[in-house]
Amino acid sequence: MSGMVEKRGLGTWLTHIGLLIGIAIICFPIYMAFVASTVTQPEIARPPMPLLPGSHFIENYTAALTQGINAPVWQMLLNSSIMAMGIAVGKIVISIISAYAIVYFRFPFRMMFFWLIFLTLMLPVEVRIVPTYEVVAGFGMLNSYTGLILPLVASATATFLFRQFFLTVPDELAEAARVDGAGPIRFFLDILLPMSRTNIAALFVILFIYGWNQYLWPLLITTKPEMNTIVMGIKQMFPSGDDIADWPVIMATTLMAMLPPVAVVVFMQRLFVKGLVESEK
Amino acid sequence: MQKRVVFNNRLLPYLLLAPQIVVTMLFFFWPAGQAIYQSAYIPDPFGLSSQFVGWGNFEFLLSDPYYLASFKTTVVFSTLVTVTSMGAALWLAVMADRVIKGSSAYKTLLVWPYAVAPAVAGVLWLFMFNPNVGLVAWYLGAAGYDWNHVLNDGEAMGLVVAASSWRQISYNFLFFLAGLQAIPKSVIEAAAIDGASFARRFWTIVFPLLSPTTFFLLVVNIVYAFFETFGVIHTITAGGPQQATTILVYKVFSDGFVGQDLGSSAAQSVILLVLVGLLTVVQFRYIERKVHY
Repeated sequence: MSGMVEKRGLGTWLTHIGLLIGIAIICFPIYMAFVASTVTQPEIARPPMPLLPGSHFIENYTAALTQGINAPVWQMLLNSSIMAMGIAVGKIVISIISAYAIVYFRFPFRMMFFWLIFLTLMLPVEVRIVPTYEVVAGFGMLNSYTGLILPLVASATATFLFRQFFLTVPDELAEAARVDGAGPIRFFLDILLPMSRTNIAALFVILFIYGWNQYLWPLLITTKPEMNTIVMGIKQMFPSGDDIADWPVIMATTLMAMLPPVAVVVFMQRLFVKGLVESEK
Repeated sequence: MQKRVVFNNRLLPYLLLAPQIVVTMLFFFWPAGQAIYQSAYIPDPFGLSSQFVGWGNFEFLLSDPYYLASFKTTVVFSTLVTVTSMGAALWLAVMADRVIKGSSAYKTLLVWPYAVAPAVAGVLWLFMFNPNVGLVAWYLGAAGYDWNHVLNDGEAMGLVVAASSWRQISYNFLFFLAGLQAIPKSVIEAAAIDGASFARRFWTIVFPLLSPTTFFLLVVNIVYAFFETFGVIHTITAGGPQQATTILVYKVFSDGFVGQDLGSSAAQSVILLVLVGLLTVVQFRYIERKVHY
């Protein structure tokens, strides 16, 4: 590795310093949010706000978790967890079985189904918000977990990922399974599914973050505060008039909103990078 | 595309496909069809009947100064976001590629913003630049610059660009770093032996070899700026002041839900559908080319 011909020394130091400056700039907004979540509101309302954390950490986080502003934060965290898990698990399940059908069976209209799924790549929620909202409202799914999850569980990306992976599985495995008298469901459950473990895990990490970070969709279909997810609930915590926002509680909520997905990325970094790279293929 | 060995079962493949197809039909194709249908009508104010206008909604939109302004805003916004986040990411990736000790720690410290939702990024930046209490706004004021993105168009744009780019740097960083690490070190060393300076090596060797990554990221970042930054805009500026930060996706939302102008909102959806389609085609063209390499 250290075979570089050029002189190291000053250059290396400058590189480290440059990286640290970059990291400092990137981390600064989080640091300020953390400081704000540990002081009192008057301390923020009289600028400049302190640069070092205060002593009200427990107080502010407790206030946010148990009372919040419109709905207690624990409830929004729960809603977000249900939505993120539902979307991640739902997308993986329906994608892996449809990829299995497309790769391992031959049947009429196979290619038509393939293209139908493919076309959904071109239809992000943001583009069809009003009519999708109308469909969901028509089913009476407003303010429900089904309404939060179901419209987002179709996934062309996940289907392609599994299709790609199944194509690399040796044909001999299916052949052997057939000789042994195993049917398609046995083969899927006993052989294909265990082999897909890493792909499933990598995809789960990406999809969990995707589900957790949804904003526009929960904003449209949850009108009751107790159904709000945390990411969209933050904005609802700001007062509408000239009142000064309760910044310490809002910032405590903001940090709690980013903690689960950030923890997933930091602690499952290898799976995360794998998922990210594969889902962009 | 398919296995030589397949299972024979008439019903099973349809059952396996059913959930995906049902969800796709109900929540993708039906609404998309509705958008296309509604884009040709103008509903009366009471929603009782609607009048067929053909291309009328589109003709109106394309001569509407607000819509055209929103188009321009989107182009400015996505160009700024793409250039800022890719530039910063490339700079960080080049440095991270050079260090030998501690590179994985740097990587961890730079990767996590990807997990921050755009809306959360918006709140974080809004807090720092809030004209009343924001720390950065206060220090700018102390230095003699009166920051107020609530009133100033340019400042509002700057703030949404900063928050959107901040969140996207880590994504670009990961792909640039992977691209840099895939370049054979021997090529760069050979140039170093020949006495080429770092800057010269970068622009004549590294940057051209990175071009597939750069092109891929260009498309991804444009898609991100167009469609995924809604949360940033909604939390920081809500499209204002006036319409200075109303990008196309935000306008579909505000015309459709706030303004209840369904025909126009549907026509805007259709225009966005065409844009996504074009971007997807570009993306796949690129992947096809990569396969042929």
